[in-house]
Amino acid sequence: MTTKARNTSSTIPVLTVVMAIIVIWYAGAVQLNSPQIIDRYVKKGIDWSYTQLALDSWSMKRAVLPAPHQVALELKQTIIDKPITSKRSLVYHSAITLSSTLLGFVLGTGLGIILAIGIVYVVTLDRSLMPWVITSQTIPILALAPMVIVVFGAMGISGLLPKALISMYLCFFPVTVGMVKGLRSPSPMLVDLMATYNASQWQVFWRLRLPAAVPFLFASLKVAIALSLVGAIVAELPTGGQAGLGARLLSGSYYGQTNLIWAALIMAAVMSAGLVSIIGYVERRVTLRLAGGQDRLQVTS
Amino acid sequence: MIADSNSNYVVQVDQVSLDFATKDGIVSALSEVGLSIEKGEFVSFIGPSGCGKTTLMRVLADLETPTAGQVRVNGMTPAQARQERAYGYVFQAPALLPWRTVQDNVMLPLEIMGKSKAQQLQLAQQYLQLVNLTGFENKFPWQLSGGMQQRVSIARALSVEPQLLFMDEPFGALDEITRDHLNEQLLRLWQQTQKTVVFVTHSIPEAVFLSSRIVVMSPRPGRIIDVIDCNLPLDRTLDIRETKEFLAIAHRVRQGLRTGHSYDD
Repeated sequence: MTTKARNTSSTIPVLTVVMAIIVIWYAGAVQLNSPQIIDRYVKKGIDWSYTQLALDSWSMKRAVLPAPHQVALELKQTIIDKPITSKRSLVYHSAITLSSTLLGFVLGTGLGIILAIGIVYVVTLDRSLMPWVITSQTIPILALAPMVIVVFGAMGISGLLPKALISMYLCFFPVTVGMVKGLRSPSPMLVDLMATYNASQWQVFWRLRLPAAVPFLFASLKVAIALSLVGAIVAELPTGGQAGLGARLLSGSYYGQTNLIWAALIMAAVMSAGLVSIIGYVERRVTLRLAGGQDRLQVTS
Repeated sequence: MIADSNSNYVVQVDQVSLDFATKDGIVSALSEVGLSIEKGEFVSFIGPSGCGKTTLMRVLADLETPTAGQVRVNGMTPAQARQERAYGYVFQAPALLPWRTVQDNVMLPLEIMGKSKAQQLQLAQQYLQLVNLTGFENKFPWQLSGGMQQRVSIARALSVEPQLLFMDEPFGALDEITRDHLNEQLLRLWQQTQKTVVFVTHSIPEAVFLSSRIVVMSPRPGRIIDVIDCNLPLDRTLDIRETKEFLAIAHRVRQGLRTGHSYDD
């Protein structure tokens, strides 16, 4: 009952925000596109009205900011009208980006968890590894991505793996940080409790530290999957516009096809939101199983 | 000196000192403490906070290592006793794992010991019944009251069937009515199971009501200042707290606490 109430109560605010965005978007399109159109009117000596100006600025072929319906049309043409196998299908490009996002996410999560376990259990690693983990994230990914692609290209490796590695590079970080915090979250009392049972390190890990880290892990995974998508798109920029959402963005900006850029951006946003909500769904299922349907997994005592 | 390990003593403490190094210098948590506890006794450590009562118990449980002195638990070193799982330990808070049901929490130590699933279930059932929690097996800790949670933790400590039970202010966080009720239950439990209980508290009535012997401690440095025999009738109920014998013992405990603790600071 509460979920239902929550759904109906959130529908109206969400719709209101969407409507507001669309109105602002249309207004912005007029604002940004009108200088070009007025130039053209003046050159051709046409008498123009504001209605005419608005209509023209919402139907420019290469608008500075295309109107929402133009982007919607672009989305329809590239998603529904084109066969998925076509190089011009947005579904095809999204699938390419999604595959390296997911591979990077799996690799990054794995690396993140392994690093976290190392940092929690080995004092030397705690001292030596954590500063490097943090430093790694201060290097702009835009600077690093082309190097990785070029180096792997020189080694004859291209396609999915180098892109996934860039996603991994971005998304292992929140997982490591979250898992370190999570694995350390059990109170000293619970650690003492396990000691009174003479539990092995392994038993303490499986029965105490790992389950205690689950809520922290999911919070990190939501950040990680979104970063992974960003990594995949950035990784597609230097590949010379072959395939993927990043490549679409790049070719859109080469040829001034803003419709194409916006369509790709919206696709990326939808994908990112979808991926995050899938993780949210898995989180709720796991929490249900672990704590009887209540969000009370965190160790409080 | 500790004589022979075959004696009837479950716990022997001889000249034990423990110093903690802190920012403000060395704090002497225990200073030359000596104590022997016989099988089947219910011994309470009482004293103001900082007197080392919990530290002494943690030394017995091998959760702290003394700086000097000798300790024997069941004739072994505390470390050996812990490895043999010779004792059960009840903490100040229930310390239940929130992702486990009541039954699974009680089964935790049994799992770690590698008991069979059937044995785990049977022991969990048995000790949940002993603390009157039959029917709550599949509840999660957050669905229980504080008093019930602490009873789960007592069942968990008992489930490994130790002959020795350490209880560190187990009812300290509970309201007085719940605490009274659990005190009565614990007394019955002790009489039924014949276990040796070492109990830490800062409540005088609780100590007098439950104990066969009360160890009064004082802080800075933590030391024992009085040991009071307290053999009230076995079939006592909470009403005994109104009797002259009870009040006399409580008075002696209070006096011990007063002399040991200077209120200058």
